[in-house]
Amino acid sequence: MIEVRGIHKTFGRLQVLKGVDLDVRSGQTQVILGQSGGGKSVLLKVIAGLLDADEGRVRIEGRTRAELGPEESESAALRFAYLFQGAALFDSLTVGENVTFALRRFTRKSHAELRDIAEERLNWVGLKDVQDKKPAELSGGMRKRVGLARAIAMDPAYVLYDEPTTGLDPISSDAVADLILSLQARLKNTSIVVTHDMALAFKVGDRLSLLYQGRMRAEGPREEFRRMDDPVVQQFIHGRADGPIQFL
Amino acid sequence: MTAAFARWATEVLEESGHLFDFAGELARETGRFLASPRRSLRLDARPLLAQFEQIGALSVPVVLTTALFTGMVLALQAGLTLELKLNGITQFMGRTVALPFLRELGPVLTGLIVTGRIGSAIAAEIGTMAVTEQIDALKTLATPPVRYLGVPRLLACLLMMPALAALADVVGLAGGWAVSSLALGLPSNVYWGDIPAMVGAGDVATGLAKSVVFGGIIAVVACYQGFKTTGGAEGVGQSTTRAVVWASILILVSDYFLTAFFALLP
Repeated sequence: MIEVRGIHKTFGRLQVLKGVDLDVRSGQTQVILGQSGGGKSVLLKVIAGLLDADEGRVRIEGRTRAELGPEESESAALRFAYLFQGAALFDSLTVGENVTFALRRFTRKSHAELRDIAEERLNWVGLKDVQDKKPAELSGGMRKRVGLARAIAMDPAYVLYDEPTTGLDPISSDAVADLILSLQARLKNTSIVVTHDMALAFKVGDRLSLLYQGRMRAEGPREEFRRMDDPVVQQFIHGRADGPIQFL
Repeated sequence: MTAAFARWATEVLEESGHLFDFAGELARETGRFLASPRRSLRLDARPLLAQFEQIGALSVPVVLTTALFTGMVLALQAGLTLELKLNGITQFMGRTVALPFLRELGPVLTGLIVTGRIGSAIAAEIGTMAVTEQIDALKTLATPPVRYLGVPRLLACLLMMPALAALADVVGLAGGWAVSSLALGLPSNVYWGDIPAMVGAGDVATGLAKSVVFGGIIAVVACYQGFKTTGGAEGVGQSTTRAVVWASILILVSDYFLTAFFALLP
């Protein structure tokens, strides 16, 4: 369970988050929708501990990160996996070394075991025979899959997806959605997906929420969210230019 | 004009404060690295060795070329001055080349060359990682970026700089000998025999000690500029430029104060 309460975040004069509240239930996939530049990724980074909030707190299983000691912080960090928008693979390492990065640092597995695990996780995301390639040799979609394989290598309890389908064609986007569902079924983890891709949102989300003007405008189970009569929610779902939501 | 200067001075002071904070963080992480050497080497031997190769071995050709020609030009200038203007007292050629080279030119030139070759590379590499979220990715993998990226670069700079400066010293003196002997006709034993008359172990040691400080400056400034990079390719370019400019200035400024400090030592 992740509890987000009263998160405020300002960059310079731009107030991005103005008191965000959200509960992410264990074992479910929570989708956060919102306009581009509306603060979704900032919220995800605050939840992941990559950014500090100006105000508010994030409790994970009842505790904030500040309450954890150094060793607990390390193991807490490893329970979180983060799929970055651009995959954020380490250029200087091979695909296999990227996937097993955390395993090499925090376990005593042999080289052969690491290669087996890398191959297994790469197979899970639909990739074969790429272990020895460098990230620069892969396509954008493949890089995202490798990023996902790296993220899930330590069997995380929480997986955070930052715009997982951005830059992908519709077929690849649907394949990523299937992948998120299959990983969820396999790992039984809690996921947060930040996106403005409605097809992805309704396919993978158990619950959906809409971040609008720095606050959570609406939140609820998938079908309930789809039927909400809030004009902002309906405009976003149907992708209409006319309505209360203005271009940023 | 006064307001603009005040604003510039405030920015420089703020930037210096951030740089010192970063240096403190890097020193703490280096202390943790050295406190548990077996674990540290198990985790980070590979990036450490890669930095030793990059900063040390791969810098040798450019450092040696610079040192060789600087030693040669120093001997040529000294030879012309001693021969033509000081009534041919070329028996002092050895000390005239060795003293400035061992005390100043060896460490300072090596520092500036390594700043251009390595300081820029460090800032560009870490800066690129910052703007492509690779630094954030390290954090999500429970790996402190300053430790993983900064500590190997600092250790390699601290250890490789004196080694490079020592090589530069030897090759610079050899360059001076080559010109003295082959171009100016000074017997080799006169050149080499004059060096111990004015140059002692202390001169060599202070030069090498300076190079350790310069290595620290290069690593701290370049890593700091890399980590604070924002704004894509343009930001990486700006960080790289700032790393080279600030490290070069700090090397030259600190050289004066180090020289004054060593002069006060008994």
